[in-house]
Amino acid sequence: MFDSLDALLLARIQFAFTVSFHFFFPAFSIGLASYLAVLEGLWLKTGKPVYLDLFKYWLKIFAIAFAMGVVSGIVMSYQFGTNWSVFSDVSGPILGPLMAYEVLTAFFLEAGFLGVMLFGMNKVGKKLHFAATLMVALGTFVSAFWILSVNSWMQTPTGYFIADNGQYMPGDSWWDIVFNPSFPYRLVHTVMAAYLTTAFVVGAVGAWHLLKDRANLHARTMFSMAMWMAAIVTPLQIFAGDMHGLNTLEHQPAKVMAMEGHYQSHPEGAPLILFGIPDSDAKTVRYAIQIPKASSLILKHDLNAPLDGLDTIPEDEQPPVGIVFWSFRIMVGIGFAMLGIGLMSLYARARGTLYDWPLLHRLAVVMGPSGFAAVLAGWITTEVGRQPYVIYGLLRTADAASPLAAPAVAASLLAFIIVYFAVFGVGVWYILKLMGKPPKPGEPGAKRGDKGPIRSAGITPGPTQNPGGADTLPGSGPSAVPAE
Amino acid sequence: MIDLTIIWAFIIAFAIFAYVVMDGFDLGIGILFPTFAVGRERDRAMNSIAPVWDGNETWLVLGGGGLFAAFPLAYAVILPATYPLIIAMLLGLVFRGVAFEYRWRDPAHRKLWDMAFTGGSFVAALAQGMTLGALLQGIEVDGRAYAGSWFDCLTPYTLLTGLGTVAGYALLGSTWLIWKLDGAEQDHARRLAIWAGGATIVLMGAVSLYNIALNDEYAAHWLTAPQIYWVAPVPIVTAIVSLSLLHGILNARNSKPFWLSIALFFLGMSGLGITIWPYVVPPGITIWDAAAPERSQIFMLVGVAITMPLIIGYTAWAYWVFRGKVADEGYH
Ligand code: HDD
Ligand code: HEM
Ligand code: HEM
Repeated sequence: MFDSLDALLLARIQFAFTVSFHFFFPAFSIGLASYLAVLEGLWLKTGKPVYLDLFKYWLKIFAIAFAMGVVSGIVMSYQFGTNWSVFSDVSGPILGPLMAYEVLTAFFLEAGFLGVMLFGMNKVGKKLHFAATLMVALGTFVSAFWILSVNSWMQTPTGYFIADNGQYMPGDSWWDIVFNPSFPYRLVHTVMAAYLTTAFVVGAVGAWHLLKDRANLHARTMFSMAMWMAAIVTPLQIFAGDMHGLNTLEHQPAKVMAMEGHYQSHPEGAPLILFGIPDSDAKTVRYAIQIPKASSLILKHDLNAPLDGLDTIPEDEQPPVGIVFWSFRIMVGIGFAMLGIGLMSLYARARGTLYDWPLLHRLAVVMGPSGFAAVLAGWITTEVGRQPYVIYGLLRTADAASPLAAPAVAASLLAFIIVYFAVFGVGVWYILKLMGKPPKPGEPGAKRGDKGPIRSAGITPGPTQNPGGADTLPGSGPSAVPAE
Repeated sequence: MIDLTIIWAFIIAFAIFAYVVMDGFDLGIGILFPTFAVGRERDRAMNSIAPVWDGNETWLVLGGGGLFAAFPLAYAVILPATYPLIIAMLLGLVFRGVAFEYRWRDPAHRKLWDMAFTGGSFVAALAQGMTLGALLQGIEVDGRAYAGSWFDCLTPYTLLTGLGTVAGYALLGSTWLIWKLDGAEQDHARRLAIWAGGATIVLMGAVSLYNIALNDEYAAHWLTAPQIYWVAPVPIVTAIVSLSLLHGILNARNSKPFWLSIALFFLGMSGLGITIWPYVVPPGITIWDAAAPERSQIFMLVGVAITMPLIIGYTAWAYWVFRGKVADEGYH
């Protein structure tokens, strides 16, 4: 018994570890793909070289992030079977088709056009190349659509019935399954999260180079674009998060109780606990700083509305409070910090000091990685908050795992940890190195002779090969232009 | 009444075949990479696949995702049964995938990433072949779950299928390079292809004979009348294709050996299909036992019918964009 318990715990750690790593990359590349499309579109429309330079600057970074997203994603698609075989067996008839649609409509689209986007500008012309960029961006969005539908169905299952062999079978309408109750909220909130994550990275890189050289036109352009995103999207994101929480209250009340730290029911208005230390043994939040009745106001729009606590939920159906309580506060805290930056940038714009306010630039640099932290914290809230179920109310996590021996899972977990930290750590380092270089006119990819063998072995093979053209034509792509 | 389960069996088989052929030549180039001269030859070999490898690998996701969707029980049994192999394959693919970008980003450590490219490709190919062997040798099932231990998949037989796959991928990779390169580098690819082709044919033969010896049911598919009249063409055509392949490698300067290698793979996979039919997890689970309900099958079939022509279309377009010999500065 002890043995199988260990295998389960290891499998959970392995899943959480690999999916968290995976999600870092899409969170960035969903936003970056769209940003690249915007840059290329602006370049085509205005003809201003600054947009093309920025496009090529971020394309190199995108290529690395995307490669890491792909290889870590393939791991995910096999892990359902390797480690969660009972889950796979029973949910396959419903979730399998959704994931198959993801492959057919999203992954092929991204992968099919990625090669042209990275290496093909010399070969297909500007318009077709722009179309390829748009397809890649569309693919990342469609990918998020399907996988979030899958995840949402696991949170709020609808449109199914249970067959004699124990499998969950699709009911009359696939629409009910795909557009299950939590899906619209999760899709909007997560896609905006990806845009914000990217915006803050772009903003931080712009700010970093502005701190070194206020006159750098390229840094100015990207900083300004990022700050517009911060100012406009953050309030929308907070609003969407609020809606998402209300929807969760309806469908997964225990999760909200854990987020709020409400161990007890409050018949006459529940307090909003800002901070404190949840103590699940004593069933209380120690050192709580709270605003009386505010939680009822937020969740029920009524100061005195009664709110149930975890005491109404059977012990073996309660999620762990500590993790959920904290991860939720981290996310919300970052959300408000992002709002602060957005407001500061509006103020600076109004005063005309957007490019000359080192304090704003320093804060923007600090906030660079904040999107990743918020995204991760948000997912931890979501996923830990639905425990002990993996399919909410239907299948317990403990019953979902594969019949594997603990040493097998321990070995694979160790291998994942070592390989991921080494390989993705190096990848992130390469990205940071690229970001450390200031964007400049004639970003490599257009010019040869910067340093070393520029179009080494040209990735632009074939009859239309045009070696001299590399001087003038843009975007022979990152691999074609090894930067040293 | 058409049987959707059979249609789905063929769709999954097609996805796996497409994967094996397309990522097969990528992985094969990875396996052969150390034999290429550092510098121009390596760069050209790498660049011949850089624009397409991601699309090629996506067929693996379709194979796995499709199995999950169309035959969930098979997915839930095969993956735990081959656990160490699948994990090894995934990790191998991590190294191989990032090497495409990393080797350009960090010339100082290019040797290291070239090694990661080769190591990752080799491990992935070996693990895929061994997974195939583990499936063919039979998987122990109890109820709806795998009942064996996690090292059942490591046997001499699976090692044989693993090596066969490594050789086969090397064949695909080297014949691809015959097509995409020219001059001395093409001649080098040709020499590699001879070795890889010979090894592939020998190992394929060995696996086939072993399969017939493995159990009576497999043997009956091949050796009893009246089936024997239907299946006999497979080995005969395979022999013919093998000979013309070797001939093609020695003489052709274009895509011919590559297409013949694909034909060889096609015949090999058809042979395997005949061997295990109608099981998806021999010896206990047939495709009908494992199939998803009709409603799921129909829903996905609509998606496949609409998207597959588009996918094939734009994939072909991407290959077309990068057609011809891989260019090299100062060469043309
Ligand atoms: C940049 C990222 C980001 C930011 C700034 C926020 N969130 Fe968030 N949040 C996410 C990124 C995210 C996420 C990663 O996208 C999650 C995880 C799963 C999901 O649906 O979205 C999420 C989940 C999530 C959930 C859990 C829903 C559930 O599982 O049922 C709630 C209630 C909120 N968020 C609410 C908020 C509020 C009130 C915010 C105001 C400051 C906020 N989020 C900012
Ligand atoms: C990409 C962002 C995601 C992150 C960061 C994330 C994170 C996590 C974490 C931390 C757990 C562990 C919870 C616990 O065991 O207490 C978990 C569990 C799980 N998640 Fe997610 N998740 C993400 C997306 C998804 C998606 C999209 C799916 C489904 C397609 C999914 C399926 C699962 C499953 C099956 C489990 C159960 C296994 C387990 O409890 O460890 N996750 N996830
Ligand atoms: C546990 C659940 C998940 C699985 C099984 C999974 C599977 C995969 C796979 C197989 C790939 C590689 C596709 C290729 O070959 O091109 C991939 C990449 C990707 N995934 Fe995931 N994924 C999961 C979670 C997520 C989530 C939660 C999101 C977004 C909200 C997401 C968005 C993407 C995107 C946009 C890509 C493209 C590569 C990139 O942008 O880095 N995935 N995923």
